[in-house]
Amino acid sequence: MLEWSMIAVGVMLCVALVLNLWRLLIGPHVVDRILALDTMYINSIALILLYGMYSGTQLYFEAALLIAMLGFVSSVAFGKYLLRGDIIE
Amino acid sequence: MNLRSRWLPMPFHSLLLLVVWLMLNGSVSLGHIILGSVLAICIPLICAPLQVPQPRIVRPFRAFRYVLMVLGDIVVANIQVALLVVGPMRRIKPGFVAVPLDLDTTLPITVLASTVTMTPGTVSAEVTKDRKWLYVHVLDMPEDEQQIINLIKQRYEAAIKEIFAC
Amino acid sequence: MNFWVELLISSLLLLGGLFVLVGSIGLIRLKDLYVRLHAPTKATTLGLGGILVGSMVYMSHQYGHLTIHELLITLFLVITAPVTAHILAKVALHHEVTMMKRTRNQRHVTTARMQLPPEEQEKQ
Repeated sequence: MLEWSMIAVGVMLCVALVLNLWRLLIGPHVVDRILALDTMYINSIALILLYGMYSGTQLYFEAALLIAMLGFVSSVAFGKYLLRGDIIE
Repeated sequence: MNLRSRWLPMPFHSLLLLVVWLMLNGSVSLGHIILGSVLAICIPLICAPLQVPQPRIVRPFRAFRYVLMVLGDIVVANIQVALLVVGPMRRIKPGFVAVPLDLDTTLPITVLASTVTMTPGTVSAEVTKDRKWLYVHVLDMPEDEQQIINLIKQRYEAAIKEIFAC
Repeated sequence: MNFWVELLISSLLLLGGLFVLVGSIGLIRLKDLYVRLHAPTKATTLGLGGILVGSMVYMSHQYGHLTIHELLITLFLVITAPVTAHILAKVALHHEVTMMKRTRNQRHVTTARMQLPPEEQEKQ
């Protein structure tokens, strides 16, 4: 049962990633694309953790933590660039 | 300057660092506790001059209850938002609301804005320069916008005011 | 592995996966950027929380001792997701992103962009 539910959740996460990719490609505004990218970071954390569970190791936890931190910093950096690079200065 | 604030300038942050260190290593052996304690004392000593003075958490127990309440609200709000997202689009009635703030320092406002973003169908969009208003985007606007303002002010802002005693 | 533990882990994982999927569906279905901000920040964060708790239970069961370091990612995300959402909303306001016609109180947008207090509304 656990094996099957892991596969099901993996399929769900992959579908979610494809939907995010779609929004990343069609996004009418830059902010839409940043939002889609941010969501993709979070979904890939979930996928990595799921793969770690599937193969029964804890090695992937550090990778997930690093992606969480880098994803946050890059989203905020994009946002700050759009705020300060274009409008105010 | 007394001894405690000389060597332990940020007691809460020190405790947090120690707990995070133990969680990262996944063990509570003596060696990790000693190493974590050394880090938890040294890092705040280096970082203390960088700090902007903020109001302290006066009631830790109230803060703990607030965190639990917000966690519960997050779950409820998520189910509401998920139903709205899956349901028909015409049920979504978005809108902006300006919430007057009673808090005036940055840390409580940050906590309030983060809570508002995580909980019931609202995203904080902007704080005015004079820190007196918080603009909020609401996903499902009730007929009376005062309802949202009252919810934010009574449920969250009052609790934050109590925690920081400001 | 014990049946009930398996059931608990499976339901946590499925619930988490479902919420992540709902977040992404919201990202596609919703009509304007401000509304779209709601789905990923809330649903996806809760979904990831569900998957992390499931992983925590699974690892604790597998290794025989309590492993709680997955909670660190949850904590980090709960702190950072609102910050990202706030910054993106700020950017959207400053770039005058178009919004749904039926968005109420659009007059707030012009003052919010300048970080000024709202204008006094006339009482009806």
